[in-house]
Order: sequence, then structure tokens, then C-alpha cells
Amino acid sequence: MVKGLEILDFKKQLEAQDTEFPTLEVLNNDGKLVDQALFDDAGISDEDLVNIMQRMIKQYVLNERSTKLAKQGRLGFVAPTRGQEASQSATSYAFNDDDFLMPGYRDIPQMIHKGFPIYKAFLWSRGHQIGNEMGDVKTWFPQIIIGAQFVQAAGIALGMKMRGKKSVAYTYTGDGGSSQGDTYEGMNTAGAYKANAVFFIQNNGFAISTPRNLQSAAPHLASKGWGAGIPSIVVDGMDALACYIAAKKAREWAVSGNGPVLIETLCDRLEPHSMSGDDPLRYRTKEDIEEWYKKDPLIRMRIFLEAKGLWSSDIEEKYIAEINSEIDDAVKQADNVPKQKVSDFIKNTLENPGYIMEEQIKKFEGEGK
Amino acid sequence: MAVKTYIAAITEALDLALERDENVLVFGEDVGENGGVFRATEGLNAKYGKDRVFNTPLAESAIGGMAIGLATEDFRPVMEIQFFGFIFEVMDSIAAQMARNRFRFSSTKQFPIVVRSPYGGGTHTPEMHADNLEGLMAQTPGLRVVMPSNPADAKGLLLASIESNDPVIFLENLKLYRSIKAEVPEGYYTTPLDKAAVAREGSDITVVTYGGMVGNCLKAAENLEKEGISVEVIDLRTVSPIDVETIGKSVEKTGRVVVAQEAQRQAGIASNIMAEISERFILSLKAPIGRVSAPDSVYPFSMAENDWLPQVDDVVAKVKEIVEYD
Repeated sequence: MVKGLEILDFKKQLEAQDTEFPTLEVLNNDGKLVDQALFDDAGISDEDLVNIMQRMIKQYVLNERSTKLAKQGRLGFVAPTRGQEASQSATSYAFNDDDFLMPGYRDIPQMIHKGFPIYKAFLWSRGHQIGNEMGDVKTWFPQIIIGAQFVQAAGIALGMKMRGKKSVAYTYTGDGGSSQGDTYEGMNTAGAYKANAVFFIQNNGFAISTPRNLQSAAPHLASKGWGAGIPSIVVDGMDALACYIAAKKAREWAVSGNGPVLIETLCDRLEPHSMSGDDPLRYRTKEDIEEWYKKDPLIRMRIFLEAKGLWSSDIEEKYIAEINSEIDDAVKQADNVPKQKVSDFIKNTLENPGYIMEEQIKKFEGEGK
Repeated sequence: MAVKTYIAAITEALDLALERDENVLVFGEDVGENGGVFRATEGLNAKYGKDRVFNTPLAESAIGGMAIGLATEDFRPVMEIQFFGFIFEVMDSIAAQMARNRFRFSSTKQFPIVVRSPYGGGTHTPEMHADNLEGLMAQTPGLRVVMPSNPADAKGLLLASIESNDPVIFLENLKLYRSIKAEVPEGYYTTPLDKAAVAREGSDITVVTYGGMVGNCLKAAENLEKEGISVEVIDLRTVSPIDVETIGKSVEKTGRVVVAQEAQRQAGIASNIMAEISERFILSLKAPIGRVSAPDSVYPFSMAENDWLPQVDDVVAKVKEIVEYD
């Protein structure tokens, strides 16, 4: 029997919270495997390794180009993704086409990996309706209300369970988003129904300017999943292999009817919060950013793949050129989309708009708007 | 036709909808085995099973988010928010998510969600339960707001709301749940959304009202008839969008209008009705538009409600004032 004094030792309990969430690591900074057994167990093929690398590079190039286009005023809202290539692209490789992605506003790369066309992502950024037409791609628009995707993912996951689908809903928020009530409500509800969901908290260090340590007294954001009674782990979010393996295992668990899993990825937002005027040097040091650059997920993966004979600078350059050309086409396609009409805004609001809205539609149509 | 209470009509509508379409799901706090705190879902969990009619955790935001997610998976969620005063907990899911989603997806996706919730004073609920917050909903483009005043409409409008591909906020008047009984047609039928009803015909003045206030206005009309004043009562039924055509026809006929609501003067739908009438039919008016409402205070609760809520006499007094205006 536990002694009362032990139960009432609050300090001891706090220390225990800290030690309960060791960080999953597979590939270290030098591109060396630190957990050969886990790597072997995961059964990752050479093709998988190359695909993960390609996804991360695509994210990297897309970020380069998007941030430039934003500076030129050719895009609207752009949230940089540099530093989160493993956390976003490698995790998303663990999911299938039938799995449903519920992205936050920084999660455009995962949408594109799922088949959402780049030109539509650009249109979304510009606030054009076509950027919200998903077609058959099982994703939603990037959510601005940063806990909302968690409660909605819980609903999709429950629906999938009810339909007997062998798929999951997967969703991402940040360290800031983890403070939102919806984040807990989504995990708790999905947990209560044992629904097919995988939740990610991308702990990238900052919610705009607010550092992670001000978000919560919890030593690990993953511990928030324990409150909902779901398995919760911490992963090195700069380690593409750890990210992929964790996501794959979580998906397998959830799709088998065991309920949701929470994964906290430890990564960094190496660039501004968004391209709308944020300057990270107002709230963090250059040295701090440089330290995180040393953990670059792309570099460790490149070293690892080159050692295996699966990658080279020639392959990389050729691939980057391909993506750039795809992005060039996407920019052209986005630029050629017809201007939006106010009458369409009203038409898109309700299926049956009613008398007063119909009047407004006619008025704007009459003015050619 | 059987005579039924307002709440029995709602239960019957839910039953018929669940029977007709297997994608209809009913969920919320305590709606399962317990049949809801007012028994609106009585017997439905036993009849359709816990996968169709089920309890949720005590988390309104999660209920709203889940409804959106389930709609994404092609279900037709009928979610219950236990009391309308709790709506603030789920405002993001309602106003910032489901209301905007058809627009966001450029009409490529539908969110056929019904949010059922009981509202309205006079039953001595605790604070933050009964509030008339329909104005908040009506000021949110992308939502349809339906407020039935009688059992037959409650059934037909709820079935129409569940059929609708637009999200509907379906507000059930707490006081009416068991206090009124009326004939309700048998079987499955729908009452058209966005169409007001002429609840009583008259020639001297039009009273535009909705929800829990309709009964008071009909009683006022009866009393006024004894005094030789013929009152036409328009029951809006859908308070957003508004049926300005029906209102217009009546205003053109009578030339005098009173708008009556339970909500505070600065809240509710009345201001919007008055603005539409002023803009469209001012040349038909023989007098200023009268308004009956609760005062602009925080919604009181429990025993204070009846002193605060507008009553039959308030409607009578305001009608007389507008009829006598020269």
C-alpha cells in the first residue's frame, strides 16, 4: 500500500511528471542511427527513406518560394515551415490517402503531400475561394482557430469508427495551440469514444513571441494526453525517422480500434511566425536560432541517405529543379484564376439564401460583381 | 390528429428522422439513456441504439466540433446544447466554423447540422440557462435560425431543419415544452423554412413576433378584439433569414406594426424587423413602429424572470398606443 506521506509528496510527483516522457530518437545530428533495433523493427524500405527525404525537400523549397512570394506581395498569409520538415513531412508519410488530415495554418506541406494542388494553396493564401475547394483530397483548409481542428478531428475519427473504416483522422497544432481548451476537448472526446485519431502537438518553441515555458507548467506537453487517458509520447521533431516511426505506430494503434494517440514533436520554428511582419529577434537570440539550425532534419537525413548510396547532391539538385518548375507552374495557374465575385460570396453562404440575400445577389450581379 | 405537447412533437420528429435516414445522429449531454434533461430524446437511445443516440462528455465545444467532423463523414448530426445559455462555450464551432464552412469550401461541401437548444424565460432556471441569444445567431451569416411557437410547427420545422443542407440553430422554448398541447399531424411532414405564418388574421394592426412570445401576442389579440381592435399576428417561425414578403403583405394591409420579442431591446430580432419594414414599407405606415421587449439588462434568473419578461398586458398597451397614434 502506498503510504499517505508518499501520496502527499507533491515535489516527488512533479519530478515524476518530468521523467515519464523520454524523447524518442532514431537518427542523431550526425546522421547516425542511435536506435538500430527500432529502425529494423519499423521495416522502412529504401524507397520509403527516399520518399521521406523528397517530402522534406519539397517542404523546404515550397517554404523558400512561398516566403519570397510573400515578400513580393504575391501571396497573402504565409506561415514559414523551416525547421519543421521532419515534424510535418516525415510524420505525414505515415498516413494513407484515406486518412483525413485536419491541418493548422502552418500545415500546408502535409496538405500538398496528400495531393492538394500547390496553386490552390497559393489561392488559399490569397483568400480566393478556389483555394478551399479540396475535391477528393481528404483534407480541410488550414485552420486559423488553433484548437478547432482537434475537436473536428475527433468527430471525423468517430465517424470513421462508426462507418467501420480502416482509416484515421490526424491533426496538428502547436505548443500555443495546446493551451486551447478545444485541444483537450478533442483528445478527451476522441479518447472517450476510442475513436481513430492521431493528434500532434508540434512544440516549435514559440507561439508567435511567447516561449513554450510560458504556455504551461507541464514539463512535457505530451502529458496533456494523459489527462484524456490516451497514450502520449515525445519525439525528437528534428529527426525524420523518429517522427515517421512514431506516427506509423500511432496510426496502427488508432486504426486497430484502440483509440487515439498524442505525439509531441520537439522542433523549432526557425523563421518568423508569419510573413506579416513578425521579427523573431525581438523575442529570441540569434545564438538560440543557430543552435537549432545545427539540428537541421534535412542535413542528418541527407548524411544518412548518402551513406546508404540512396542520395547525392546531383539527385538533390535535379529534384529541387523539378519542384521549382512545379511551383512556377502553380504561380502561373493561381495568377490566371478569374477574379472572385461578391455575388458568389453571398451564393456560397447558404444553400437556400432566402429573399433578402437573393435581393443582394441580384444587385451585385446587376453591377457585374 | 393526435393532441401532443410541444416536447412530444419534437421527440416524434427526432424519431421519424432517425427512422428515415440512418445518417441522422442525435447526441449531446445526457441525451442517451436518460432521454435528455427535458426528456426530448426519451426512448430514442433504446430504439436506435447507442451509436445513433448517445451521450457526450460535458464539453460543448467538443460537441460542436464533433458535429462538424461527423458531417464531414456524411452524417447528419442533430446535436443538443443542453441550455441555450451554454452556447458561448461552443460559439467557435457555430459562428466561426459551421456557419462559414459552406462559404469556405466554395459550396463544394455541405454541413447539414442541426443545433437543438432550449431557451426562454419563465421556468425559473438558474443563471445562464434560459437566455434569449437568438440575435447573436441571427447576426451570423451562414446560419438559419428557427424558433417554433407550437407543437405542429415544432415537428414540421425540425424535420425540415434536419433535411436542410445548411446548418440550422433550432431553438425550443422551455416554457412551451409541456405548457401547451395542440393537434399535430400524423407521420412525416415538413413545415417550410424561411416562411412566416399568419397565426391570426386582422385588419387594424400587425404584430410581428416569434417563438415563446407568439402565445402572448395571440392572447393579447383576443383581449383587444373585445375592445374592437383587430390584430393580425405574424409568427416568423424562421428568424434568420426573415420572410419579409409575408411581413410586407400584412403591413401594407394594416399600416400599423408592433414587433414583440422576449429578448432585451438591444438583443433579439426586433431591431432587424423594424429596419426592414422602415426601409421597404415606410410609405404604408400610418404610425411609428412599436416595440415590445425585455429591458436592456443582463438576463435575470429564477424568480425575477416574470417581472422582467414582457407579458400579454405589455403587448396590449403597445398595440393600443400605435393604433391610437394619429
